[in-house]
Amino acid sequence: MDDFTATSSAALTNPIGLHARPSVKLTKLAKRFESQIELAPAEDGPWVDAKSIVKVMAVKASKGTILHFRATGPDAHAALAALGALVALNFHEDELDHEGRPGSAHG
Amino acid sequence: MAELRFSGRVASGGFAAGPLAVLLNAAGGARGAGEPAAEAQALRQAIASALRQLLDLAARAESDGADILAFQIAMLEDETLAEAAFSAIEVGATADRAWRMALDDQILEYESTEDEHFRARSSDLRDMRDRVLGALSGAATDSRLPSGAILVGEDLTPSRFLATDWSGGGGIALTRGSASGHVATLARARGVPMIVGLAFDLGGVAHRTEALIDSESATLCLDPEPATREDFAARARAARRSRSALDAFRMRPAVTADGTPIAVFVNIGDPAEVETLDPACCDGIGLVRTEFLFNQGLPDQETQYRVYRRLAEWAGGKPVTIRTLDAGADKPISGLTLEHEANPFLGLRGIRLSLARPEPFRTQLEALCRAAVYGAIEVMLPMVTLPRELELARGHLEQALAELRSAGVECRRPELGIMVEVPAAAIAVEAFDAAFFSIGSNDLTQYVMAAARDSDVVAALIDPSHPAVLRLIAQVAAHGAQVGRKVSLCGDAGGEPKHIEALLGAGLRALSVSPAALGHAKEAIARVDLRSLG
Repeated sequence: MDDFTATSSAALTNPIGLHARPSVKLTKLAKRFESQIELAPAEDGPWVDAKSIVKVMAVKASKGTILHFRATGPDAHAALAALGALVALNFHEDELDHEGRPGSAHG
Repeated sequence: MAELRFSGRVASGGFAAGPLAVLLNAAGGARGAGEPAAEAQALRQAIASALRQLLDLAARAESDGADILAFQIAMLEDETLAEAAFSAIEVGATADRAWRMALDDQILEYESTEDEHFRARSSDLRDMRDRVLGALSGAATDSRLPSGAILVGEDLTPSRFLATDWSGGGGIALTRGSASGHVATLARARGVPMIVGLAFDLGGVAHRTEALIDSESATLCLDPEPATREDFAARARAARRSRSALDAFRMRPAVTADGTPIAVFVNIGDPAEVETLDPACCDGIGLVRTEFLFNQGLPDQETQYRVYRRLAEWAGGKPVTIRTLDAGADKPISGLTLEHEANPFLGLRGIRLSLARPEPFRTQLEALCRAAVYGAIEVMLPMVTLPRELELARGHLEQALAELRSAGVECRRPELGIMVEVPAAAIAVEAFDAAFFSIGSNDLTQYVMAAARDSDVVAALIDPSHPAVLRLIAQVAAHGAQVGRKVSLCGDAGGEPKHIEALLGAGLRALSVSPAALGHAKEAIARVDLRSLG
């Protein structure tokens, strides 16, 4: 079997938590991986599908929450590394342009 | 699948065959419940259509707007969002109700959050909810229907009619609808066959594919058997032959049996109608409904000017009577007309609205004064009740002329006349210093008979040949003859052979009819002998 199960966690440090824009980025990234990926606001769950923005938004994770990830599938490790990096980099939200809006450098 | 037949009432004559296009909830009312499979399919299509709209918007949006749209797109793409709705459909809910409940639950969830950032997203969910409901109702502007389709729905709005391409044929079959409403008038003018008052459940026919409309038997047939199709084609051919006999009348001047010439004008609801019409078939345009210009918000002066000028040039010196915006009542225009009037037919409509909101009125008058340089444009005011309204409108017209002249813009003062459709104006017609009078028989009849023209239950009272209505028409005609001002009639009655004798008997010598009714009207005029009428 090629499947692995991996877990990781990362603290949400962006000022307004896992709101709309970060959730769009997170679920889009998760969907790039084949593995089944779940996230939870605590170690013991509740776990939700990280590819479903409806469910990710329903977690309502606020600033300071430790997000826990677990993935099962051939690319589980890569998925968790990418998602962890996205959270650690504050979803690229820090890179604001001169008017205070998120920069367009990252598309 | 077995053939299905339904009987209704004819709102616009003719035969039509084509692919079936079911308009679910076109009037904004409750949809009928179909089988769960059809409802689920309708919801899937509506979500897909909403997604297409959003992707289209996102392609044009600035980065801030694009972020909001990206969120909505991601949410709609997520099948989880509609899971609850599809479950509700399986146990019998309609698509719109199921979707609304599912989204309202989510909206409540977002609204009950303490975090203001999450709470604010409830507006996105509302937006998504309404966009999908709009697509479900068929109101979405991007879902253009195939040309030549038979539109089947509960009701149809005038703007939807005008947004539809009828050049390839097609027809309308409605479960509600009205034979005397605005859409029926438009359908007759364009020669689009239309049947109303059909009794069936829309959801139950959504999976049918082919439809025939037969106005001779007032039926709608779905998925016809071969024998039905042959019979239909044979009768449609016969109807076309008798139509070509009428076409002979169409191009001739209208004269009664005793040799009295009658002026016959055309009513135009959409400027595209004149492009296929020979100006020689009529004495000019007796009514241009300008509401078509206001389908997409308020048009600018230049846009209006070009349309009016084209009509003036088409008529080549014959009169072109253009009615100023007649919004309100059954012709609402968002952002202009009042919403939720208890009795809109007796409310702020026609000239009342124009005087209350003079800016769009002034823009229209300026465009008309500019176009008047190119032909015999006449300006007609709708729903005039008091002489003061005519004089206030005249004041606006003079100011429009003065402004154009001071700006060095070429213009000319058009004749200013009124519609006679309010009983007060008909009864006290001598109080109006109008250059001409045009009787709006549809509204005049509904106001005299106190019977709403869009209500089928009192349809029997809507009779333009009733003595009370004819007496008012005769009074207006006599006044016009006495003071030497033109009097004509531009309601639907003018194009209906059964009313023509009575109208000419009341003293009218000018009628304005829909282009499709020209042959019938002139043929009926030729049969009238005025010497035998009292």
